[in-house]
Amino acid sequence: MINKKVDNVQVALEGVENGMTIMLGGFGLCGIPENSIAELVKKETTGLTCISNNAGVDDFGLGLLLQKRQIKKMISSYVGENAEFERQMLSGELDVELIPQGTLAERCRAAQAGIPAFFTPAGYGTEVAEGKEAREFNGKMHVMELAFKADFAIVKAWKGDTAGNLIFKGTARNFNPCMSGAAKITVAEVEELVEAGTLDPNQIHIPGIFIQRIFQGEKYEKRIEQRTVRIR
Amino acid sequence: MALDKIGIAKRIAQELKDRYFVNLGIGIPTLVANYIPTGIDVEFQSENGVLGMGPFPFEGEEDADIINAGKQTITTLPGASFFDSALSFGMIRGQHVDLTILGAMEVSENGDIANWKIPGKMVKGMGGAMDLVASAENIIVAMMHVNKAGQSKILKKCSLPLTGVACVKKVVTELAVLEVTSKGFKLLERAPGVTVEHIIASTEAALIIEGEIPEMLID
Repeated sequence: MINKKVDNVQVALEGVENGMTIMLGGFGLCGIPENSIAELVKKETTGLTCISNNAGVDDFGLGLLLQKRQIKKMISSYVGENAEFERQMLSGELDVELIPQGTLAERCRAAQAGIPAFFTPAGYGTEVAEGKEAREFNGKMHVMELAFKADFAIVKAWKGDTAGNLIFKGTARNFNPCMSGAAKITVAEVEELVEAGTLDPNQIHIPGIFIQRIFQGEKYEKRIEQRTVRIR
Repeated sequence: MALDKIGIAKRIAQELKDRYFVNLGIGIPTLVANYIPTGIDVEFQSENGVLGMGPFPFEGEEDADIINAGKQTITTLPGASFFDSALSFGMIRGQHVDLTILGAMEVSENGDIANWKIPGKMVKGMGGAMDLVASAENIIVAMMHVNKAGQSKILKKCSLPLTGVACVKKVVTELAVLEVTSKGFKLLERAPGVTVEHIIASTEAALIIEGEIPEMLID
């Protein structure tokens, strides 16, 4: 067994430097690497390009990095719900690239799977296709999109083992599996880290080969963005 | 009388067919799940990675790890499954999802849709809308026929940046049900008590009108 366990978040994020491109898993505030984001705030790493479906809210998730002006560029599909983000975007302090959500996911998966580019129908005929190669397949137009290139991918899982194997829970899975192994170094933070051999190999969602460093997060707030309930 | 949002949702729910997998957008489309016709089985997909979505949880039973694409807490029904974002959009692009219902700011007579960006205003992003409209075989748009200033949003040509081209199949508004045909919008039904003349006057695009136009049947 190749041991991927590191002692804490500080060790896990060693080598993250100013100006790097970092992928971060999560959809809204669901399944985000909370402990790693907190550590990036502490490290005061700046000039980051962040690839993440959303940009958090003002006081949680990637919003914490935005508050400290640590992000130079966001690559996302949807960035509502964040007033500070809006202010920085409109003032030109923050560069924003908006791309279709499925294209975002596939550009991660392509990087993970060694596919340099692919064709998708998403965005054909719209401004996101401008300047990109378009080609017809089976009578339908498609746009060429490239695999992402990132220095670090930081993902969050429910359970993991010391071999780096991951299991996700519910919709907290989202972009985390697609980003695992999609960067030079992938860091996984998990709610529960167990010894290799404890998890059932049949139930593993992401094999440890995609993960270079794994640690158990100190605590998880798991904030809910839109609490919606029905009457009993 | 023009329909309210619930009326639009009820009318769209009549488009659901047995054994359909359906993706619902945010807003009026989300309400459609409340009016599934009796006797049919449908499953709702949410692009953040769940198939077999159920109703909102009871208070105290919310789970931060189980949400829909609107980031609302949800529950799952028997037979549900979770999956990652790449697989989710594989379902969508691969046309395994039968029907997409979403909102729009503008729709044009060739089926173009604009629903993600207003120049000069804060742009929040397209989310999964571009993937959905580029891929789904059947796309129904839920929208208001006119804007707050009374101007038509059913147009010859969209003025806003597009989300997708030539993709919309049907439009349900507070006034009418329209089908997008190769010759333009065809008026299929009118809201209860709304006249054909009123619909024509509220529509910038030309309408194909054949024979008597029936009223929508909504309980």
